[in-house]
Amino acid sequence: MAISRYVLLVVFTIAMLASTAMSDPILTKVDRHVENPGPLIMSEVLLAFPELQAKNLAYLMASSHETKGKPKGSVVSLPIKAVNLDERPSAVTFYSVLLPKEVAAGESFTLDVLAVFTHALRPVPEHITQVDIQLVLYRDSVYYLSPYEVKVQSLTVKLPDSKIESYTKLESTKVHGSEIKYGPYENLPPFSLSPITFHFESNLPFAVAQELVREIEISHWGNVQVTEHYKLIHGGAKSKGEFSRRDFQARPNDRGASAFSFLVAHLPARARSVYYRDLIGNISTSHLRVDSRKTELMVEPRYPMLGGWRTAFTIGYGLPLQDFLYESEENRFLNMTFGSPMIELVIDTLIVKVVLPEGSSGILAAAPFPIKQWQETKISHLDIGGRPVVVLEKTNVVPEHNQYFQVYYKFSGLSMLREPLMLISGFLLFFAACIGYMHADTSISKSSASYLAKQQWEEVQVLIQKVQNVINRCLAMHDNLEASLRDLSRTGDVQACKAARKSADGLLKELSKEMKPLLTSLQAYSSAAQILPKVEELVAKERELQEKVMLKHSTAVEGYERKSGARDIDHRVALLQQKITALKQEVDDLLQFIDDI
Amino acid sequence: MATMPILPNMPALDLIKSFKLKTKQQELLIRVSILCLVYILAFITRLFSVLRYESMIHEFDPYFNYRTTLYLTQNGFYDFWNWFDYESWYPLGRIVGGTLYPGLMVTAALIYRILHFLRFAVHIREVCVLTAPFFASNTTLVAYFFGKEIWDTGAGLVAAILIAICPGYISRSVAGSYDNEGVAIFALLFTFYLFVKAVNTGSLAWSLASAFGYFYMVSAWGGYVFIINLIPLYVLVLLITGRYSMRLYVAYNCMYVLGMLLAMQIRFVGFQHVQSGEHMAAMGVFFLLQVFYFLDWVKHMLSDTKLFQAFLRITVTCAVAVGAIALGLGMLSGYISPWTGRFYSLLDPTYAKDHIPIIASVSEHQPTAWSSFMFDFHILLFLFPAGLYFCFKRLSDATIFIVMYGLTSMYFAGVMVRLILVATPAVCLVSAIAVSATVKNLTVLLRSKNKGVQTGSTKGSSSSKASSKALLDQSQPFQKNGAIALLFGAFYLLSKYATHCTWVTSEAYSSPSIVLAARGAHGSRVIFDDYREAYFWLRQNTPPDAKVMSWWDYGYQITAMGNRTVIVDNNTWNNTHIATVGRAMSSYEDEAIEIMRSLDVDYVLVVFGGVTGYSSDDINKFLWMVRIGGGVFPVIKEPDYLVNGEYRVDKGAAPKMLNCLMYKLCYYRFGEMLTEYGKPPGYDRARGVEIGNKDIKLEHLEEAFTTSNWIVRIYKVKPPNNRW
Repeated sequence: MAISRYVLLVVFTIAMLASTAMSDPILTKVDRHVENPGPLIMSEVLLAFPELQAKNLAYLMASSHETKGKPKGSVVSLPIKAVNLDERPSAVTFYSVLLPKEVAAGESFTLDVLAVFTHALRPVPEHITQVDIQLVLYRDSVYYLSPYEVKVQSLTVKLPDSKIESYTKLESTKVHGSEIKYGPYENLPPFSLSPITFHFESNLPFAVAQELVREIEISHWGNVQVTEHYKLIHGGAKSKGEFSRRDFQARPNDRGASAFSFLVAHLPARARSVYYRDLIGNISTSHLRVDSRKTELMVEPRYPMLGGWRTAFTIGYGLPLQDFLYESEENRFLNMTFGSPMIELVIDTLIVKVVLPEGSSGILAAAPFPIKQWQETKISHLDIGGRPVVVLEKTNVVPEHNQYFQVYYKFSGLSMLREPLMLISGFLLFFAACIGYMHADTSISKSSASYLAKQQWEEVQVLIQKVQNVINRCLAMHDNLEASLRDLSRTGDVQACKAARKSADGLLKELSKEMKPLLTSLQAYSSAAQILPKVEELVAKERELQEKVMLKHSTAVEGYERKSGARDIDHRVALLQQKITALKQEVDDLLQFIDDI
Repeated sequence: MATMPILPNMPALDLIKSFKLKTKQQELLIRVSILCLVYILAFITRLFSVLRYESMIHEFDPYFNYRTTLYLTQNGFYDFWNWFDYESWYPLGRIVGGTLYPGLMVTAALIYRILHFLRFAVHIREVCVLTAPFFASNTTLVAYFFGKEIWDTGAGLVAAILIAICPGYISRSVAGSYDNEGVAIFALLFTFYLFVKAVNTGSLAWSLASAFGYFYMVSAWGGYVFIINLIPLYVLVLLITGRYSMRLYVAYNCMYVLGMLLAMQIRFVGFQHVQSGEHMAAMGVFFLLQVFYFLDWVKHMLSDTKLFQAFLRITVTCAVAVGAIALGLGMLSGYISPWTGRFYSLLDPTYAKDHIPIIASVSEHQPTAWSSFMFDFHILLFLFPAGLYFCFKRLSDATIFIVMYGLTSMYFAGVMVRLILVATPAVCLVSAIAVSATVKNLTVLLRSKNKGVQTGSTKGSSSSKASSKALLDQSQPFQKNGAIALLFGAFYLLSKYATHCTWVTSEAYSSPSIVLAARGAHGSRVIFDDYREAYFWLRQNTPPDAKVMSWWDYGYQITAMGNRTVIVDNNTWNNTHIATVGRAMSSYEDEAIEIMRSLDVDYVLVVFGGVTGYSSDDINKFLWMVRIGGGVFPVIKEPDYLVNGEYRVDKGAAPKMLNCLMYKLCYYRFGEMLTEYGKPPGYDRARGVEIGNKDIKLEHLEEAFTTSNWIVRIYKVKPPNNRW
């Protein structure tokens, strides 16, 4: 009997809010005014919940009442832990709140407790037709269940609507519209209970995600990809009988009023490439509103969600990495919200998977509330060993759980280059294989006639190519000579021009020397017989062209030396020039012809 | 300073010249880059549907293929092979492994595996969606090689370009059209190419390759029957025209024997190659070829012509007699099955209409209208005869093949709309020959004359130059201008073809038909996604073992997207079963409920376009249900549903029509609805009439779900009432 020794005088104000638009959680707000009359100093307070509520309890937060004057956001929650007391009735679950300062005897302390329950509203009747109105039933105790003696307590129940089918009437009950007040009651012994029930109308969307898998994939190239797979059910009264689209379209307010047809998600700012699809494809009924502070996504399921109907879909979006990832050298941590971005959604099982880049190590996840966690690997694009995945699982998740959680890990920036390098080397290998294949000799028989002929022909082709090369170099020489002539007409430098001719002459002679062995070896091949006359003709023509070019050059230079007029030189050269052009044409044609073979 | 005459070769030109590749290299470079571009073009032109809509599977049959591919990737090949599908043809079920052509699924699964092996974590749906465009790209390569084989590289290139964008082919190979035809056309053309190559070279390797090509084709599509009949026909024609050669003998024997053995490995085909009438021609030609070879050998051995003549007469008579007797015995004993209805309907277009309503009811089995030829082939329709002319001018084994392929497939394309697809490669190849030959002739004309002018001008002196030029101009002024004009004409036509193809692809062939799009009042695009709405509703909100009755068109979609058991589906293998559904739909509710209870039906799904004006709905298909139902159950009589031979749904409709199940399910509570401003309630926008029966009461069924645009309506069969 450890507890009863400290008889506490507790003042309660219980405000119960039947959630405004929550699917079916009930918020119980308890203001506790704790006074320690006992002889001992107390540092913690026990909160008790009957089993009926305890299993629906999704979120519990206690805060000191002193922070009332401060802005709402700065409420400091007090640490809470579940405790097991064997001497108490097993139907009660206890949580102990550690007080910020010890409360001495006679002192008092005010505590705000926020508890969120899910699945606390039961539709009665369980099945309704499209015409019927959805009614739900809520049970609670009019007295606050407490291990301590309660001095004063009152209870206010806020219902979503003033349409109340029935409620438990006690002496001290007052009804104001949708609010029902009980109490105040004074000097209640510990563990007093007195059940009350409310039966009221509620057309709030009872959207429950039976399972939500959030996959957060980090790419150090600058993107955090979030993919959320929802399995949704309308948790209210199940619909029975026929669903008339005609009625639903004509009178949506009283034919299927409990149905919901859209959900709103508040995505983080700068969310991009948002998609909304399901197993069988894209769902076109969604709207995205973007402003600088947030991105609002409104998704409509494929069909209106009547009571008991299910749907499943996936939404996905990319987020800029720098908004969520903090790093110092190799240590990085991801800071993201835990719950779903959908507002007013109750999640039975939430699984958050954080996919880290391949090569991450030293992985550690931290969340502000107890969760189950383990690790697995996922194989995605261009992975060898797979990416490490941190999996966090929590049941009974409500929007209050939308708090930040962190995943710490180590990742070297060089590992980022692994995948591009893999791609590059893959292509390199492919091209190398292609080159290897092109050069490899895959024929089986090396002595067959066709194989030999083919090889011979290849050799002939190599020779011909060499011949062409020589000819082309000769032609280039001719062009050099022409260029020197043009220089002459510009500068009048006869000596330079002569030198050019001399060097060209020498080179051309060398080239003709080079040509000789090629021609003789070409003659040796039988398969070259067809092409040989053409090649010989080409060589002859080229020689002729060479002579003519030389002649023209020397004529022009001579003319300069004799200081004859430009017209005179032109006249003398003209005939040669014509022949040169014709020869050049012929040589070109022959080259073309040989090329075409 | 005096200026030198400006010489013809400027230094800049020299520089370019030194960089210039050799003509052959140039040609290779251009050819390869054109082929690469065509390859990419063929792929991306088929992506309109992905851009307009999304990466999704289209139409009806592809959903079955997708479902089986999914099964294959999830459960492995052996499970797929042994799969007994309980979800279709309830209560009969379907042996999937033995009743499908697995080529497509295996191909997609293989691509999927390879990609995953290379660590590209793509979804199987993306693979399925892009399989058809990928194979279309491959087809362009095959068309190039085929064109090269029958004519020259130029024709090959043109063929590749033509086939890359030809609407006749695109209609069945856009992204998302995950159907057998997508890979089958590739396989068909590839087999033909390999066979022609084998005939041209007489190489055993090529004919072996063609046997494997044939095996792939058999595994992919029922259209392989076309190959196994066309090739023997071709061999026969070569025999008759005296073009028999050892090359042909090697090619056909190897291809036929190995191809047949390989084809038997496909369970759906089984022993049809030796047992079915449709495959007997190939076997006959095979034996004929042996007789021919034998005679050739005997002729070679016997030097006496007279003796040989006698021997010839005896052998031919014997061979024909033995063949005829074998065939007759086979037919009589039932070992060789007679031709199937589909085959008959190919040879005789009116056959299906009179005998098999289920074949005739499919719109793609209708005889082809002229307009759709024009739509699918455009200028190829005119180029085809021109190409035939060129082929006949340069007759070879290969051109004979393409001529025969073109002519036979054109005939079949005329019989059935969907067979335009088979004709497309032939038409493209033959047209490519026409284009290539014409352009080549014209350019040769232009180039040679230019050269002539040049040589004339350079060789002669200035005085003779002018005269020669004048002479040339006199002799061929018309020819030169004509050639230029014709070239421009050809390019104009080809560019018209390109724009037409792009337009057709984007407007007509890129709609998934699951998602309907329409123009809204303000020009915005309105999307009707009712099919998926309904199927997803079925998937999520009905018991997993619910049986859904609908007309067979939607069977595959319901099983694939709704994941629910259906009574009949697009496989149409059991006419009686379909007729039962047709009978239920066309009976009064009291009679229909008996049929539905006997089939364990939980839900009935109908497609109704009266609100949106969607015309391919069940009311418009209803007469086929009556016909097919009446074909098996004589209780159903078509005239009962007609008034003076006219099909109507308004007040003047037949009483049986106004009260049959289909009418009731479609128009249930529609009478209260105002669909169009200024029209009475219950105005059917698809048919443009006010419906005749506005007060519809359902006794045994209740509306379970209707999509937002009323296109799909699902009814639940109520459990029988308690007796007391």
